Amino acid sequence: MNKKPSFLQIWGAPLATVGGTLLLALWSPETGRHIWALERENLLSLLQFIPPIFVLIGLFDAWVPREQVVAHLGEHSGLRGTALALALGSLAAGPLYAAFPVATLMLQKGAGRFPVFVFVGAWSTLKLPMVLFEVQSLGMSFALTRYALSLGGVLAIALILERLSRRISPPLSENSLLPPPSSR
Amino acid sequence: MALYVVTALLLVTSWMLDREKTRRALRQGWKSFMGILPPMVTVTLLAAGAVALMPPEVLASLLGEKSGILGALGASLVGSITLIPGFVAFPLAKTLLDGGAGVPQIAVFLSTLMMVGVVTFPLESKIFGSSLAFARNALAYVFSLLVGAVFGMLGMR
Repeated sequence: MNKKPSFLQIWGAPLATVGGTLLLALWSPETGRHIWALERENLLSLLQFIPPIFVLIGLFDAWVPREQVVAHLGEHSGLRGTALALALGSLAAGPLYAAFPVATLMLQKGAGRFPVFVFVGAWSTLKLPMVLFEVQSLGMSFALTRYALSLGGVLAIALILERLSRRISPPLSENSLLPPPSSR
Repeated sequence: MALYVVTALLLVTSWMLDREKTRRALRQGWKSFMGILPPMVTVTLLAAGAVALMPPEVLASLLGEKSGILGALGASLVGSITLIPGFVAFPLAKTLLDGGAGVPQIAVFLSTLMMVGVVTFPLESKIFGSSLAFARNALAYVFSLLVGAVFGMLGMR
């Protein structure tokens, strides 16, 4: 855990993927161009969300004391913690994988597992800006039916995950991808 | 854009209140970013490859109105593997619906698209551990099929 991963451990998979894609592009330039167009799209949408999200993560880390997180989102934060986690997740912006570093920081700062699972679930499928988009494209009844179902699903899944996670060790925050918070 | 504005405001406020703390915040943010960058390169490239290798005709025939449970399963597989941002996915779903795809199948497609991430799995396991990450994705997958079943039972068109 404390051992610093080697260059190959960090960059092996990304480099292999880039290499594989380049080989594919040599074999079929058509596909290669298509992939590049999609990848450019991906990178542009990443650029839209990723830099501010990481600045916010840093600010959150520096300014929000652990006690506050424990009090509002901790293991015993109850219904209000759940509501807060739902609100935070559904007001978020960006793809689901942008939620994972935020979830890590929340766990490191002492947030409870259930609120964090609710947060990730809400981020995945309850984002309010996305709902507006969905209403626009697919209509009110489709969007609202799906939203109502998802709300129940997110809570149920978080509950099951919380039960499961109690049996799994080591605790979540130890197999982390982020450096430990600076102001612990 | 709103995200940038809010972030900038908070950053300026933080800088005026405590420069040292703000420097620390930025350093921490940068470290977190460098931690997530390599898996993100892998994830976005794999996703782009998956979409590029999956022709739209296949997609449409998989999700057809009469495709029933098989169609829903197909939709769930496509949705789990691909990674399309919402503002692209909803218009795409509309196009597929207009092109004859069934409503339950589209519901399954959208639900798995948002909640299940096969290509993001390596990233997720680093945070939740692989067994919990697997459990989250498996539960979300089953749930998405249930969503499709409800849409089917409601007879939504």
